[in-house]
Amino acid sequence: MQELVIETKELTKRYGDLTAVDKLNLKVHAGEVFGLLGPNGSGKTTTILMLLGLTEPTSGSVKVLGFDPVRQPLSVKSRVGYLPELVGFYDDLTARENMIYIAKLNGLPRREAYQRIERALKQVGLEEVADKHVATFSRGMRQRLGLAEILIKEPKLIILDEPTQGLDPEGAREFLELIRKLKGQGITILLSSHILSQVQKICDRVGLFYRGRMVLEGTVRELAREVLGSAYRIRLEAQGSPEAIIKALKRIPGVQEVSYQAPDIYELRAEEDLRAEAVRAVVEAEGKLRGVMVEEPSLDEIYTRYFEKGGVEK
Amino acid sequence: MRPSREGSPWTGLWAVVTKEMADHLTSARMQILEVLIALTALGTVYAAVQEIRAVIGHDPFLFLKLFTVNKDPLPAFVGLMGFLVPLVAIALAFDAVNGEFNRRTISRVLAQPIYRDALLFGKFLAGFFTLAIVLVTIWLLVMGLGLIFLGVPPRGEEVLRGLIYLGACVFYGGIWLALALLFSVVFRQPATAALASMAVWLFFTAFWGMIADVLAPVLRPVRFGLPEEFLAQIQAALALSRISPNILYGEITLALLRPEVRALGPLLTFQLQGAILGSPLPLSQSLMLIWPHLTGLIASTILLFALSYVLFQRQEIRA
Repeated sequence: MQELVIETKELTKRYGDLTAVDKLNLKVHAGEVFGLLGPNGSGKTTTILMLLGLTEPTSGSVKVLGFDPVRQPLSVKSRVGYLPELVGFYDDLTARENMIYIAKLNGLPRREAYQRIERALKQVGLEEVADKHVATFSRGMRQRLGLAEILIKEPKLIILDEPTQGLDPEGAREFLELIRKLKGQGITILLSSHILSQVQKICDRVGLFYRGRMVLEGTVRELAREVLGSAYRIRLEAQGSPEAIIKALKRIPGVQEVSYQAPDIYELRAEEDLRAEAVRAVVEAEGKLRGVMVEEPSLDEIYTRYFEKGGVEK
Repeated sequence: MRPSREGSPWTGLWAVVTKEMADHLTSARMQILEVLIALTALGTVYAAVQEIRAVIGHDPFLFLKLFTVNKDPLPAFVGLMGFLVPLVAIALAFDAVNGEFNRRTISRVLAQPIYRDALLFGKFLAGFFTLAIVLVTIWLLVMGLGLIFLGVPPRGEEVLRGLIYLGACVFYGGIWLALALLFSVVFRQPATAALASMAVWLFFTAFWGMIADVLAPVLRPVRFGLPEEFLAQIQAALALSRISPNILYGEITLALLRPEVRALGPLLTFQLQGAILGSPLPLSQSLMLIWPHLTGLIASTILLFALSYVLFQRQEIRA
């Protein structure tokens, strides 16, 4: 098994009567992108603050990169990059000046800091506006500057809180692309979001939060199998006798459900990718195949279905 | 027993101090205040020089008169500083902590390998140093103008008394700085923090004297008309009024810059036996008079800072 980057045991945080995080057991391995997903107020930010030692847990334990954030916050914070939700900057300073301040707080020697700042600015594509005041920056540029600032630490772990919040779809896509590149450099990434569909594509594993508990955990496919009962949905477009086609499709081993959605459109649910078998079945039923498409399950659907099924009571 | 925290609480302190000082010294707010202060220094000193030339001939402490002599309608330099120092100090700190929250920079800064201690103390030190720079500049300005207008160099003791007065000014500002910092931790809105600080300052400037005068007869009533009772009442009023930093500052100024002042409270005739009236006290004796005042100023600064420290440590940083 790979090295554990984050490990929490029975981690709990209470504010008065409210339990923000309830007995959380979270494990994140080196090199993976883990998504903390869930609605606002479900304990994602509180969890992140505890990982960084910015808030003390009520009970339970945390280990980040082998350090205890409560007792060794400096070791943790010098190795972990954190981008808060809707990050703010000193608007009357330039992008570079903002970064210099952070480099100084990290105790980087001057020359080293300047080199790293140049490199980081280039990496996020802000080198041309480096000497402009941050007040003129758009939300997307601020978010990228925030990421650049993290990179000057050369972190082993990056924690992003709602990184796509307030970005337009194009900006969000570009930002996620940047994150994907960082993953390629072997950096472990933990990100939180309430917009499930946006982050689904870049997360290796996700944990779904609800009211302070992590109610589901695993790869999107695993979750789909657990919640939806079938991970694959195959849509077929075929002309021919519907009865014969449906009968043929139902005969394929592993198919869970076949539905006739619209004229000449069929949908089947299965645990495996059964496209080839489905195509053969249609042809054998003397149907004329027009198209076949497989749909990956979406997190949104998993989430909705989970709560419809009363998963909360589980 | 809990194991101790790793590392020094002052990691990153100087990064915070230099950044905050750079902000202060370049901010429009500070530039306005500096102009204001330079103007008042010039105005009051010029007026004082006119007055000194006209009225006072051979005073051994001619230079100190620059600070204390006024010519109507302008108040004396020390009087104006009594107003301006708190104003500058409050302006330097009222948005120190809540400003970080409002700009959403606090979590970003605290996610760096520093403790909260460094951020708060760094902000206080930056304000304190900025205040000191401003006051030293004005002090030099006044002394320089004095040299030009009066045409005589100051004596060593005058310089020394002037320097101690300067130090007292900085610590007087320190109280208001710590107060504004405290309010910037307590209130989320910088405007509220500024108003609250100004309210406290106004309370001590305008109302506290009156309240002390009202309270003293209640605490030490004169029942039989004995002289002891009158004395006790006066001393009670004095002790009460000294809770106000403005009064402390005023008395420090008086003892330092007017060496002929022999006591800051009531003097009884027998205490004056053998004294040559009007002759100046040596510096060491003047210092003895204001020593409790100075320690009081510094102690309350530390107390206020400690309070904001505790409150800041307990604050949740999520915006």
